[in-house]
Amino acid sequence: MEILKPATAGTLESSDAQITVEPGTNGIELTMTSSVMNQYGRQIKATVLETLERLEVKNAKVSVVDKGALDCTLKARVECAVFRSADMSEKNIPWGGIIK
Amino acid sequence: MINKVGREIPDELLAKYGKEGYQGKNYMDGKYIQKAAPKTRRCEKPAESKIVASIVDALKLCGAKDGMTFSFHHHLREGDYVVNMVMAAAIEELGLKDLTIAATSLGKAHDPIAAYIEEGKVIGIQTSGIRDKIGEVVSAGKLKTPAIIRSHGGRPRAIEGGEVHIDIAFVAAPTSDCVGNCRGIGGKSNCGSLGYAMTDAKYADHVVVITDCLVDFPNMPASVEAIDVDAVVEVESIGNPKKIASAAARISQNPRDLMMAEDVARVIAATPYFKEGFSFQTGVGGPSLAANLFLEKAMDEKGIKMGWAIGGICGPMVELLKKGKVGKVIDVQDFDLDAVNSINQTPNHFEMSASQYANPANKGAFVNKLDYVVLAALEIDTNFNVNVLTGSDGVLRGAPGGHPDTAAGSKCCIIVTPLTRGRMATVCEHVVTVTTPGDCVDVLVTDYGIAVNPLRQDIIECLDAAGIKHVTIEELKEKAYSLVGRPDDLEWEDKVVAILEARDGTILDVVRKIKPFDPDKN
Amino acid sequence: MIQRPTPERFRLRRSMIFMSAQKPGMIKDAYIYGVDSIMLDLEDAVAENQKDAARFSLYHTLKTIDYGNTEVIVRINGLDTPHWQEDIRVCVAGGADGIRIAKCESAHDVHVVEEAVAAAEEEFGVEKGRTLLMAALESPKGIINAYEICAASDRMFGVAISGGDFRKCMQTTPQRDGIDMVVARGQMLIAARAAGIQCFDTVFTNLDDMEGFEAEVRQNKAMGFDGKSLVNPKQIRLVHQIFAPTEKEVIQAEKIVAAYREQSARGVGVFTVDGKMIDIAFVPGAERTLRLAKACGMYEGDLVK
Repeated sequence: MEILKPATAGTLESSDAQITVEPGTNGIELTMTSSVMNQYGRQIKATVLETLERLEVKNAKVSVVDKGALDCTLKARVECAVFRSADMSEKNIPWGGIIK
Repeated sequence: MINKVGREIPDELLAKYGKEGYQGKNYMDGKYIQKAAPKTRRCEKPAESKIVASIVDALKLCGAKDGMTFSFHHHLREGDYVVNMVMAAAIEELGLKDLTIAATSLGKAHDPIAAYIEEGKVIGIQTSGIRDKIGEVVSAGKLKTPAIIRSHGGRPRAIEGGEVHIDIAFVAAPTSDCVGNCRGIGGKSNCGSLGYAMTDAKYADHVVVITDCLVDFPNMPASVEAIDVDAVVEVESIGNPKKIASAAARISQNPRDLMMAEDVARVIAATPYFKEGFSFQTGVGGPSLAANLFLEKAMDEKGIKMGWAIGGICGPMVELLKKGKVGKVIDVQDFDLDAVNSINQTPNHFEMSASQYANPANKGAFVNKLDYVVLAALEIDTNFNVNVLTGSDGVLRGAPGGHPDTAAGSKCCIIVTPLTRGRMATVCEHVVTVTTPGDCVDVLVTDYGIAVNPLRQDIIECLDAAGIKHVTIEELKEKAYSLVGRPDDLEWEDKVVAILEARDGTILDVVRKIKPFDPDKN
Repeated sequence: MIQRPTPERFRLRRSMIFMSAQKPGMIKDAYIYGVDSIMLDLEDAVAENQKDAARFSLYHTLKTIDYGNTEVIVRINGLDTPHWQEDIRVCVAGGADGIRIAKCESAHDVHVVEEAVAAAEEEFGVEKGRTLLMAALESPKGIINAYEICAASDRMFGVAISGGDFRKCMQTTPQRDGIDMVVARGQMLIAARAAGIQCFDTVFTNLDDMEGFEAEVRQNKAMGFDGKSLVNPKQIRLVHQIFAPTEKEVIQAEKIVAAYREQSARGVGVFTVDGKMIDIAFVPGAERTLRLAKACGMYEGDLVK
């Protein structure tokens, strides 16, 4: 998927993560902060990158503000932000396809 | 060396401080301790008053100089102004440096001290609690010597044994008379018990009382006595009353807390110490405090009363005392106004010193007679070792407090904590720092089940007989990891930023400087 | 990935707790309180501009979190909104046990949802007929049409009244004695029983009034409800206590079921238990009592699962 416009999903509440995607030209440019960085930073980064790869996002500026979200929440927030950036988040989501 | 809780303690550090690694519960039993007497000034010539005009004058009177150790108590908790006032006077007005702060605890109220640490004016910290800004700068390796963390019982042991020599003890006093008889009530900054100040005042070379309410002589019954006091300073305010004691510690309505609290009470009711006259201490955390509620029901059902309770005290325990459901309450610290207003007022509500409460080196502290203690934890590992000091990010943000003392002294120590907090697994493979050794911890109650330390087969039998389900702590750990994912190991530098003394004075663990995870490099 | 077992149309549903599908901290382990059913909410608990985010969150929750034996139902948005079709797709794809139809007013509403569910089952390769339905009656029209709604589909396992909206329509407010909704509750119960499905009462939202809550739950039980909708885990225990059978009822039920199985094996249809005439008509009730007793930890035998 192509990132067409800036989009955000998620909140700054505990156990959630706020993901922002913006159009980019230089691969995935990731910035992240996390309340559990030292123990889970590696896994959060891996989950976010895997999800972007699954969605075939090649170029984007991605910001992750993690407040201790579980992996399933991180995936959901990344997917929603990407689909929002393409104006495709409201219907006909490929559940079980690229969303899995 | 690797100590009894499996922690690597650098040999050069043991040599430098003349210490041993932790050897297990009751290792020091029967050994002798040489008490260190202070060198104190004689006030032989009758004087009308010991009042001096300012903190600076008091410092001068006591011969304050570079390299000294100043002590403080934490009864004013997050409302305390005194630590910052004294350190500002010493450093900014008198230009002193290389100072050590020996406080019973430090908190957010003391954030300004972090700057003195970074400037190298404060080079030593000895405390139970270390958090917020001070925790951050110490964790970042900016304190010249490692911070020394002790339990509430370990501190009076170290003071009495001369390991901590206090040059000047500063006693924040809600009321004092002109010669330094202090009480924790009667003024505008009431805190109730002054239990943590008592040992300091007896063993310091000099004692300065700082009060915002001078009262007529004699201020009786005094918690800190004029016979130990060099000077009295009157200031506008010693603390923010709103932050000294909360209005009333309310019992949590959080359903998770209540569920765990109820399980705590069920465990207690299933063990043989639950009989007429039993003794009890609980923390003020959500589920620990809520245990009071369910315990009362269990007592009513069995038709028994509690003999006595100790601890930091707050409203729900005072309530039980007033209802006649507990015989005596003995109190080293008060957490809310209900407790502040009750101590020494309600019949059978008494004050005690930290040494009397928890010191392992005296001839029997109150904790040694405890049947049950209910405590919280930041982390607990599969050997039942508890961490209440460092966050899962490796940064200092807690306090052993009376945790290790009550755990070691009690017949049944129950830890109550949710299995996970956000993405942090509370039940884990290895705690970041061991603050209470697993051989002192008996039962773990979580929102996902109960586990009993295999060392306590007797308690396992009790729970089985009562039909209370329990699992192994390994199962709880696996459940936690299945929810939040297995955490990566923290990465540390070699530099030791804090030394954690066991209550008996051996070294339980050290905290090193954390190497933060950098997402750009990994 | 979690593959939930095939949902059971008539299972124990004493307690059904609402949780916002948009709150990761809440839904990750809502089962620990021992509730019978969790109702993940895409409707009122989710802001209008977060419906999309809630669905992504719901999908991964359903696929990742092991709710064990706790039933997982999803409340979808009303048929008068632009959201309900995508809601149904995500529920079916994620493998929710059931769907709660908000603001249901007619058998037609049930049929519309049923059709979309069947289409989604087809689309996502889910076993046909797996996804159960329940209806929330929130208006006078829904109550009037209760029977046709209850009988509208084989997927329907139950019906619930939603007090907030219903009371507004009726120009009343919650009353201590329940008089405000006694007729509606009664009519819905009669319809549910006539159609052979379960019936659940509305939420009680004043968490500080545990006395009022208890009175309402006792009335629910006396009226014959199967269970209650809840807003907070602290309400669960009381509901389970009140809906539990008495020890005497359990003993009696055990005797009836045991005697029936023994006698029917010998071809005997009518027999006596403790001097009382018993026939097959008593058996389903007795079995229900035993299942309830088992869930409450009062019965450990093997006459029921």
